[in-house]
Amino acid sequence: MIDPVEYPLQAINLVKRVEGTVTHTLVNGIDLAVRKGEFLAITGPSGSGKSSLLYLLGLLDAPTEGEVVICGEETSKLSSNERADVRLTKCGFVFQFHFLLPEFTALENVLLPMRTADILSSKEMDARAKELLGMLGLETQIHKRPNQLSGGQRQRVALARALANKPEIIVADEPTGNLDVASTQQVFGILRGIADAGQTVVVVTHDAALAAKADRRINIVDGKISETTVRGDARHAAHGHGHGEAASPAGSAPAANGHAGEAAAPAQSAPAPVARAPTAAAPLPERTKAEESGG
Amino acid sequence: MNLQFGIAWTHVSTRVRQTLVGTFGVAVGVGFTIMMAGLMQGSQIDFLQQLVDAMPHITVTDDTRTAGSQPADSQYGAVGVSNAPNINRRAGIRTPDAVVASLETWVPGAVAASVKINAIIIQGPARVGVTLTGIDPRTEERVSKLATQMRQGQLNDLARATNSIIIGLSLAQKLGVEVGNSVMLGAGEAVQIPVTVAGIFRSGLKQVDESQIYSSIRVAQIIAGQTGLINQLRLRLKDPLMAQNVATRVEAQIGYKSVSWQEANSDLLGTFAVRDFIMLTVMGAMLMVSSLATYNIISTITYEKRHDIAIMKSLGMREYKVRRIFIIEAALIGSVGILFGWVLGYFMCIGLQQITVYNSISGATRPIAIYYSWNQYIVAGGISLLCAAGAAFFPARKATRVHPVDIIRGAS
Repeated sequence: MIDPVEYPLQAINLVKRVEGTVTHTLVNGIDLAVRKGEFLAITGPSGSGKSSLLYLLGLLDAPTEGEVVICGEETSKLSSNERADVRLTKCGFVFQFHFLLPEFTALENVLLPMRTADILSSKEMDARAKELLGMLGLETQIHKRPNQLSGGQRQRVALARALANKPEIIVADEPTGNLDVASTQQVFGILRGIADAGQTVVVVTHDAALAAKADRRINIVDGKISETTVRGDARHAAHGHGHGEAASPAGSAPAANGHAGEAAAPAQSAPAPVARAPTAAAPLPERTKAEESGG
Repeated sequence: MNLQFGIAWTHVSTRVRQTLVGTFGVAVGVGFTIMMAGLMQGSQIDFLQQLVDAMPHITVTDDTRTAGSQPADSQYGAVGVSNAPNINRRAGIRTPDAVVASLETWVPGAVAASVKINAIIIQGPARVGVTLTGIDPRTEERVSKLATQMRQGQLNDLARATNSIIIGLSLAQKLGVEVGNSVMLGAGEAVQIPVTVAGIFRSGLKQVDESQIYSSIRVAQIIAGQTGLINQLRLRLKDPLMAQNVATRVEAQIGYKSVSWQEANSDLLGTFAVRDFIMLTVMGAMLMVSSLATYNIISTITYEKRHDIAIMKSLGMREYKVRRIFIIEAALIGSVGILFGWVLGYFMCIGLQQITVYNSISGATRPIAIYYSWNQYIVAGGISLLCAAGAAFFPARKATRVHPVDIIRGAS
């Protein structure tokens, strides 16, 4: 059994089919375990099923078969309300389009998940939202509405909103898809920093160069993992032998379902060292500081 | 501020034109409902008031609801006896003074004895059939509004002048008589006495004003040809709505037929029930139609806000909480609309009251009768608020059932 603390996000034989006149299999038997603090990039051609996989991992969608385990909690039998609660407290979402509420200021948008969770006091929520926006370089923009912000700023506000409830997992669907080069680098740097701070980050991207900066990259073709690449390791595993057969380049990955050798899972050892994002962009200093003090 | 309320407030406050249209729709619905309720209830109450004022609340006659039992019935119980004349029965209420004294001990109002017979007024070639009621002017004031309905002369003039009568205004006009004129009063060819017109009244009910006359009890007894006759007791209650219950008790006590004003006008009151039903139906329809504006607005907002709904759901807001946002929006629009509707309705009622119309019943020009009641405002507001919430619920439910992935994918 995989340690849920070590691997807060696991997918076990995940299948998503869409019934219609013709049945489409969007995700076809994917096994995956994402390590705490890991930056996982999901790539693949359009229509390959990478976004579908991401939505399943983030509990935005329910699988036809299989299981998504978040922080040790099996989610397939949860009600829609319970799934909403898991999303609220354990997952943070960033989308290609920022999806900020247009009538609300940046600050109010960041406050939204915290006010929905209603755990902190108003003062604490306010302080945390300002802190997050400040760390993302938006301290002077907090009272502006989305239409008064640039594309990169909006996406950073969306990132701050995703981080508001200190989720274990950040799920991002092509977060840089609408951004210019500079903003893309900035947002990716922030995501890199989030992972470095100990939160698990799963990003779908078309940008191979950016995906190369992730700790691990999985390539999806026809709803299956066709290739897994671990950062710093030039070797590719391009087997495409059906579900769960894409081997980790490290070769010693634990299977998400507990069966060694069946799953496309990360290396048990830490990924090879990578160049980190600018520390100035790293959010959640309290976590970082804690880690620093702890390490 | 509560999160859902905050979002709802932001939605409605940033859509000023739409919010105003919705508020206006609700206000017009509520305002016209209040006006219509005030108008219809006012006219109904006004009519009933005239009806109740024009007649006693309870009338006891020397009659029974079923024929009395015959000696043969008790002797031969198994044999049905019908069409047997009650030859020993004498007209009138027995021991009327004792009956009146007995009723006065508990009836919440006043009791007066009178004589009621059919008579004829003869004036030259004219012979007009009338209903003659012999009254005691001293007690009449306690049981009827006749004293206040006098247009010429006084009620007490009946006691002062020998063989005098008080007649309705329409009858006086028909006969062409005024106070001080004499006419012949009789019950046929046998008994005819000259009487003086001592006063003219107007009840407001044309039928009464055309056919009702009053005299002293003694004159009525002469016309009836029976000294000491009292064949009618008239009761006026402090609360006219108690008449039915009191009438039942009176009848049980003295055995004579006792008819409340409600029973006497049961057909009319039945018509009022239908009228009330029509009024409520029309009011409900008005409020429903006014809530369509709210439905339209909430439908538009939910459509425009489907991205926000998707993102709020993806962030972990439960479906019912998202739905609540739009219900609150409708409640806000509805509440403000209701407040304006109350004010609008009140001023429309005030405005209507300034208009005078010719009343074909009373033959007089009077202001439109409006009935003011908190109930109208509460009912109109309550139904409108429910309609607004209902109008929001369905589009909100539909919107919040949308799968966030579908919206997010579409937007991306």
